[in-house]
Amino acid sequence: MATTTGPAAPASSSAPDSAQNTIVTRGLTKVYPGGTRAVDALDLEVRRGEFFGLLGPNGAGKTTTVGMLTTRVVPTGGDMWVGGFNVRTQPVVVKRIIGVVTQFNTLDRRLTAWENLYYHGRYFGLSRAESRSEADRILELVQLGEKRRAMVDALSGGMQQRLLIGRALAHRPEVLFLDEPTTGIDPQGRIALWDVLSHLHSEGLTILLTTHYMEEAEQLCQRLAIMDHGKILAIGSPAELKERIKASTIVTILAAPASEAFLADLRALSGVRSVAMRGEEIEVQADTSRGLLPAIATAAMAREVELTDVNVQAPSLETVFITLTGRKLRD
Amino acid sequence: MTAETRQAASGSLAISLVTFRALMERDLKVLSREFVPFLARTAIQPFLFVFVFAYVQPKIGQRSANFGDILVPGLIASAVVLQGIQAVAIPLVTEFSQTKEIEDRVMAPLPVWGVAAEKIVFAMLQALIAAAAVVPFVYFVPLERPHVHISPLVLFTILPLGALLSASVGLLIGTSVSPRQIPLVFALLVVPLTFLGAVYYPWSSLEVIRWLQVATLANPLLYMSEGLRGALTPSYGHMNYFGVYAGMIIGCIASTYLGVRGFIRRVQS
Repeated sequence: MATTTGPAAPASSSAPDSAQNTIVTRGLTKVYPGGTRAVDALDLEVRRGEFFGLLGPNGAGKTTTVGMLTTRVVPTGGDMWVGGFNVRTQPVVVKRIIGVVTQFNTLDRRLTAWENLYYHGRYFGLSRAESRSEADRILELVQLGEKRRAMVDALSGGMQQRLLIGRALAHRPEVLFLDEPTTGIDPQGRIALWDVLSHLHSEGLTILLTTHYMEEAEQLCQRLAIMDHGKILAIGSPAELKERIKASTIVTILAAPASEAFLADLRALSGVRSVAMRGEEIEVQADTSRGLLPAIATAAMAREVELTDVNVQAPSLETVFITLTGRKLRD
Repeated sequence: MTAETRQAASGSLAISLVTFRALMERDLKVLSREFVPFLARTAIQPFLFVFVFAYVQPKIGQRSANFGDILVPGLIASAVVLQGIQAVAIPLVTEFSQTKEIEDRVMAPLPVWGVAAEKIVFAMLQALIAAAAVVPFVYFVPLERPHVHISPLVLFTILPLGALLSASVGLLIGTSVSPRQIPLVFALLVVPLTFLGAVYYPWSSLEVIRWLQVATLANPLLYMSEGLRGALTPSYGHMNYFGVYAGMIIGCIASTYLGVRGFIRRVQS
């Protein structure tokens, strides 16, 4: 009876640095039938106990990456290890040590809240007694203690989302994969979820989260990879990524007309590092905000340019993303 | 295989077996909760059939009293087929589309084909329960007690083969149609299969409608009805056992292969 789906692993397929890294990919690639290169030669390392984020717009390849790491998407090239096991050749062992929350509500509708947790534990090899006590514990953790006998459909959306995450933890995984966990959740629910995730991380769980909310990435993740078109554009802590923007102030301007002459005037202002068009908007990166706005206004008046909107902000992950790709995260 | 992968593979096997058993446990829990409706759903149609055709009609002189003999193997076979197909196809279609639950089952630690295999095995169990549920009706309801001579060896090989065949056809249907198409598939495929599967007449008696006799060879249910006819009411004549077993084994292999392949393609991209 064959229990692996891939070819037998050669000896050299043992995981690189598996003591330090929980997730490793090497040249990981997925080309879908039809030619879409969703993930392109991805090299990624997520350290043990790390809260790691994949940040990028829709279609960047985040979900495909998580799909491959969790055995649901078959890669077309490269290799990957989770917890030291080769995902291609040992999918069953990998599934045993990971918890997965996908973008879909996959709760078992024919079971109660408590039974969802209990049978999940059973699938993952917990004994009846272990699974029972774990289901009790998790139900309290996700604050659904009073709903233990409720069928899934009788729970609110937020409760179902909490149960989903609780279920992914019911077999005490080494790594938790969360694919856009807060999409479609109200702001209050999002913050409650962030608290739960921070708590789990503080207990030593390795977490890989995908998101296109930069606030979420900034709030939760120790390190981030910014992804677009299946490639990693930058990797580092939120602070390191923001330091890549040398400027301390970003001013975005909506002006008519945004003429070349006006842009040239802006570039000549003191303290300005760069001026670039981002779609309709002019983006000015500067070392200081002091005196900058009056100077911009004066330059505009001199060229008879009308300023319809001016926005001043400190560099954010959003500006890092725009600088790297020329696009916004949510277009 | 290196020693390392061999060890991982045997670890995988042990993990997978535990998971398989737990999936069965979950399905048993759900079935036990819905057992009475399940029995009612399974038994009502066969009951009405024997009541009308083997009790009412003979009683009012519209039909000969031995029709009950014909219905014994036929209704058991059609119960197995209907239940085997439904037990996989209907929940699976929902799990694939509306609820996406299948993603959860697929993340359980066993190979993807193991999830499909569990669905087949559990549907086989339901098909066999359905067969047992029909037995009292086909035996006690007719005006005359049916003349039954049981061949245990044939009976207890045909029933599991028939259950496997039906469950794997159910897997094939469940992985290849959308929820909207399900009523249509049952109306246009499953109902004709049961009507034309030698349920209400022995296949050998079709000699006078030769084209139908040949055409129904494509119906997998035919082989089970005929096999059960041999196992229960041999005096009415039945297809020879070589044909019966060949038809069932080929049908099982083809539908299991296609069903499991379809399932894997559907859940992995």
